[in-house]
Amino acid sequence: MKIIVAGAEKEYADGLSVEDLIEAEKVETPQYVTVTVNDSFLPNTERTSRILQDGDVVEFLYFMGGGAADR
Amino acid sequence: MAFTNEQLERYSRHIILKEIGPKGQKKLMQARVLIIGAGGLGAPAALYLAAAGVGTIGIADADVVDLSNLQRQVIHSTADIGRPKVESARDSMLAINPEIDVHTYYEYITSENISGIIRDYDFILDGTDNFPAKFLINDACVLEEKPFSHAGIIRFEGQLMTYVPGEGPCYRCVFKEPPPKDLVPTCREAGVIGAVAGVIGCLQAMEAVKYITGAGDLLTGRLLTYDALKMQFRTIRLPRDSHCAVCSGERTIHAPFDYELPSCDLKNR
Repeated sequence: MKIIVAGAEKEYADGLSVEDLIEAEKVETPQYVTVTVNDSFLPNTERTSRILQDGDVVEFLYFMGGGAADR
Repeated sequence: MAFTNEQLERYSRHIILKEIGPKGQKKLMQARVLIIGAGGLGAPAALYLAAAGVGTIGIADADVVDLSNLQRQVIHSTADIGRPKVESARDSMLAINPEIDVHTYYEYITSENISGIIRDYDFILDGTDNFPAKFLINDACVLEEKPFSHAGIIRFEGQLMTYVPGEGPCYRCVFKEPPPKDLVPTCREAGVIGAVAGVIGCLQAMEAVKYITGAGDLLTGRLLTYDALKMQFRTIRLPRDSHCAVCSGERTIHAPFDYELPSCDLKNR
């Protein structure tokens, strides 16, 4: 199946869970990454049970600090 | 309020734009924008907003200028090392545009003072580098019904989103809680290219100008990400979290609060 991961089309075997994808894509500190599937937030507790389907669009949202040390 | 001849000349490139025009320029001159953090993001944002003639600019930062800041914090100069950043930033803004008013807040923004400070402003820019501050700014802006621009930068990357009360999702819709200290690197630990701060800080200024003048579409419900190495901008759609602790009907946060400061941060001071 083809899915869109962070804007890029990727080929993966059927039956892939979001958790499997996180591992395959080597997402750093995944417990602090927010995942959206088809523009909806996916609760962390559903990463194993959510099986991706052909055409799904997955985004990983990362914490980013930067700027000025305010304190 | 009529323009003086000098104002017509100073702002001529704005006034000629159909999306801004004389009406938009007057809105900018009457607007009040608060920039929290006079660092990598706040520096370019403050310079462009001052140059644009934003009538009142507040700038908050409790730090002094350090040599290691100058690689990206273009509002400060080598001669400013050791001076409070807010003073250096004020001088630079007024040197570009003496017509504006600059209010300085040489203090940490905390749950005690944030609501009173943001209340006086129309739009807030988050230019801070740490997550407790980012969550504090988000919560206070949601509770005071103030629009703000969130941004972050690290290494060769940056991202930003805009919150408008009653419209888009807030920062806490996307990220529930600050990450534990040291799990997500800061620019001090991981580095950042100065020009990335410039790109993202300028985009924050752009959002402020658009909010004030009503031009175009804001980054509400969208996260803009910038990858300088791939030279790619992407826009990611952000839903609202119907269970958000601060901006939903299920609100459990009713007042701004401070996350505990990690002790290693305090030791660095």
